[in-house]
Amino acid sequence: MTDLNFRISSFQSLGTVDGPGVRAVVFLQGCPLRCHCCHNPETWDIKGGNIISGEELLHKILRCKAYFGAKGGVTFSGGEPLLQAQALLKLIPQLKEENIHVALDTSGCALNDTVKKLIDMCDLVLLDYKYTTDDDYFKYTSMKKSAVDDFLSYLNQVGKPTWLRQVIIPTVNDSNESVSILFKLKDKYSCIEKIELLPFRKLCIEKYKELGINFPFNDKREATKEDIEKLKNAVN
Amino acid sequence: MNFNQWNGFKIGKWQDTIDVRDFIQNNYQPYEADSSFLCPATDRTKALMEKFRILQKKEQENGGVLSIDVDTVSSICSYAPGYLDKENEIIVGFQTDEPLKRGVNPFGGIRMARSACEAYGYKLSDNVENSFKYRTTHNDGVFRVYTDEMKAARHCALLTGLPDAYGRGRIIGDYRRIALYGIDVLIEEKQKDKKEIGKNTMTADNIRLLEEVSQQIAFLALIKEMAAMYGFDISAPATNAKEAIQWTYFGYLAANKEQNGAAMSFGRTSTFFDIYIQRDMDKGILTESQAQELIDDLVIKLRMARHLRTPEYNELFGGDPMWITESIGGMGEDNRTLVTKSSFRILQTLKNLGPAPEPNLTVLWSDRLPEPFKAFCAEISIDTDSIQYENDDIMRTSYGDDYAIACCVSAMKVGKQMQFFGARTNLAKLLLLAINGGTDNMTGTKIGPQMEPISSDVLSFDEVKERFDIYLEWLSALYVNTMNCIHYMHDKYAYEKSQMALHDTVVQRLMAFGVAGLSVAADSFSAIKYATVKPVRDENGIIVDFITEGDFPKFGNDDDRVDSIAHDLLHDVSVELKKTPTYKDAVHTLSALTITSNVMYGKKTGSTPDGRKAGEAFAPGANPMHNRETNGAIASLNSVSKLSYLDARDGISNTFSIVPEALGKTRQEQIENLVAIMGGYFNNCAHHLNVNVMNRELLIKAYENPEEYPNLTIRVSGYAVNFCKLSKEQQREVISRTFHESM
Repeated sequence: MTDLNFRISSFQSLGTVDGPGVRAVVFLQGCPLRCHCCHNPETWDIKGGNIISGEELLHKILRCKAYFGAKGGVTFSGGEPLLQAQALLKLIPQLKEENIHVALDTSGCALNDTVKKLIDMCDLVLLDYKYTTDDDYFKYTSMKKSAVDDFLSYLNQVGKPTWLRQVIIPTVNDSNESVSILFKLKDKYSCIEKIELLPFRKLCIEKYKELGINFPFNDKREATKEDIEKLKNAVN
Repeated sequence: MNFNQWNGFKIGKWQDTIDVRDFIQNNYQPYEADSSFLCPATDRTKALMEKFRILQKKEQENGGVLSIDVDTVSSICSYAPGYLDKENEIIVGFQTDEPLKRGVNPFGGIRMARSACEAYGYKLSDNVENSFKYRTTHNDGVFRVYTDEMKAARHCALLTGLPDAYGRGRIIGDYRRIALYGIDVLIEEKQKDKKEIGKNTMTADNIRLLEEVSQQIAFLALIKEMAAMYGFDISAPATNAKEAIQWTYFGYLAANKEQNGAAMSFGRTSTFFDIYIQRDMDKGILTESQAQELIDDLVIKLRMARHLRTPEYNELFGGDPMWITESIGGMGEDNRTLVTKSSFRILQTLKNLGPAPEPNLTVLWSDRLPEPFKAFCAEISIDTDSIQYENDDIMRTSYGDDYAIACCVSAMKVGKQMQFFGARTNLAKLLLLAINGGTDNMTGTKIGPQMEPISSDVLSFDEVKERFDIYLEWLSALYVNTMNCIHYMHDKYAYEKSQMALHDTVVQRLMAFGVAGLSVAADSFSAIKYATVKPVRDENGIIVDFITEGDFPKFGNDDDRVDSIAHDLLHDVSVELKKTPTYKDAVHTLSALTITSNVMYGKKTGSTPDGRKAGEAFAPGANPMHNRETNGAIASLNSVSKLSYLDARDGISNTFSIVPEALGKTRQEQIENLVAIMGGYFNNCAHHLNVNVMNRELLIKAYENPEEYPNLTIRVSGYAVNFCKLSKEQQREVISRTFHESM
């Protein structure tokens, strides 16, 4: 049993939009990025959240196992789960012993030996591929696009099933051109099983206000279902 | 016995004795494939539905009641036949001589009948008033024997919703027996039973049974007479599917004419009908479209059943419900599924006729149900919010494989068991009564053991619990005794003659008690134990409010610290009730179920230590309190599934509302995920789940513009209602409930 602790922002026992099937989603606390479109600013502070033991987190996940069905499992999201890779390396083998499908929802901001081991253990990686140009990437996330490309190359190299995800923000990355570049990644990286376009939402405004943080994309409009459908049709 | 009508059926012991289950087991064909065989509504069905909708609209415009026959006492043969469209109806029969016209049934109590008429601008005729001047009603009988203490418990709403002024309901006649055997065989069998009973020593019990059977025989004859008025001879068995459905429906119709029970459930009929439908199809005399028409027509009839109620009744049971519960699916004891094509057909009515609260379609869920059936149920749930699910795997061990659900969650073996409905007691209020030493802080009523209110500055869990147990012991005895009075008098003055005629003569009885405010009580105990709860006293020293400081575990988060409190509460109530013997030696059972009365219970209950303010609604049934679930839907389901069905064999109701987006991105994903969620929940031995897949915004729109949403159906607690028929207060409560969303 692991004696390592996790710092979590929240535990959602029913998730259905972060990976296949019915999933428990662990929102880990702490993120090095400051994305303009971020929906969960409360997860940024690496000293925030609640501390929970690996043992307790394992118990919480196992309590959901009966509901997973054939496709579901657990998704480690955040925040940035790579920041707690060491603790995850201890926990995930115990989940695999229980035959639980494990997905990692990450920005791909780091790639070291620990992270590589972590990737190896997971069944699926949900990789945020936020923008298709170097400028946008750096401007809106404080991360270099080359980092996510390196991460994706590694996933491809080890043949890890991968879903790319991009939040579509009107006037920022909603051009047909940008989205078609995204979809073309499929040709280059055979590990990509699926590309999901997620509509930009502003329900998080209240959270920003509470935290006293400026929401940089406050002036952008929300993307609609129709926007997403249009883009999908345009590139398919 | 042998009849030409039985040609083509496999023989069995059902031919020697009344045994519908044996007939089903010998003759039904399980169906394991998907829904692609189903047919849409025919033009005839659509035209009939249109006629119904016009009447329904008029009924709504009239304030909820289309018309009342104030001159006639409702009984099996007291009305001329009624039709919606005589030439085009396949299944016929209404409670009165006109569709949606309500009859008057004063046997439960004349005052209730009178005030119900007046509430809708009618006056009960002198004729009916006079004939009940010299007749004791159930209500008269009960009030002759109620003690002061019983009246006080009723007055301060410690015991509520008692069936002491209307039909008790929750009895399911085995209406299928009429189709399978015909009325004459049923009369002959009852006559044989009567002869046997006549050989016994004439004790009070024996004489009573003898009189009951004698009344049953008389009423079987009346059912036959009623059918003859519609032009059908039901003395012999049904010859085909149409007759089987019609004969069965006549049995149900007779019950509804005779009784205005709170819940008039239909039973478990679809697989029974399937045998007749399959036989007709094999003969080449029935097509799939015609089979669907038969089921559609039956369901239209069931949707048109009505009882006349008072506004006070509607405050408890919002939305004009009938609880025409039909139980679907489940598994057989031999491991074959009881799902047939007709299980699909009856669910298909929600597509063909549109969503509706009645009949109360109840899927008996088993892990081993055929997967395509599970998926079809989930699809219909997502589209219509009109289905509830109950765990066949845990009920079958107690009730076998031919039980049905009465009302919302009450299982009973069809034709072999009946229930004495026992309303519910308010646990949150009992806690406050204990803290205040026997003074109700809402009405000032002094009731129960008398002692000083708790005097400490901070509530101590041990002290409160010790007191609570004293009051629970006292209330449990009072509760059982009150129920005994009610059911003695109901048997004496409003016995269900036609329904009991469709039971075995020696019947097993269940007495179903209930609790309300379970999650409020559990969270309150948790607050006392894990946070700091300071009582606030009025000038007389009565505790009227609490200041609760610090956090505490709340039911609905899969946290054993509080979930165990809820579990133990239910267990303790169950144990205490069993200490007092019941009328007719009925088996004590218990439910956590509130219908819509959680709003009213809340209104009558002061502030509680969990932070709920005086008058605020409780959560329905066994639900966690609204918006206290911070770990998502599965954690909430896990908490409820820890309540043991062994403690609450009358059912544990849980209403689950989720926005469509939180179930998955595509329709296919949503269906698969809903199936997985229900699978997990029921594999945890949970009992019941109402499934609503909708957005709160939709309800708010319907709240503001009800005329635009006449058919919006939503599951509340053990039943479905037309949202717009709820009171504004009940609507607000439904809107305030937790809607599980994705993060």
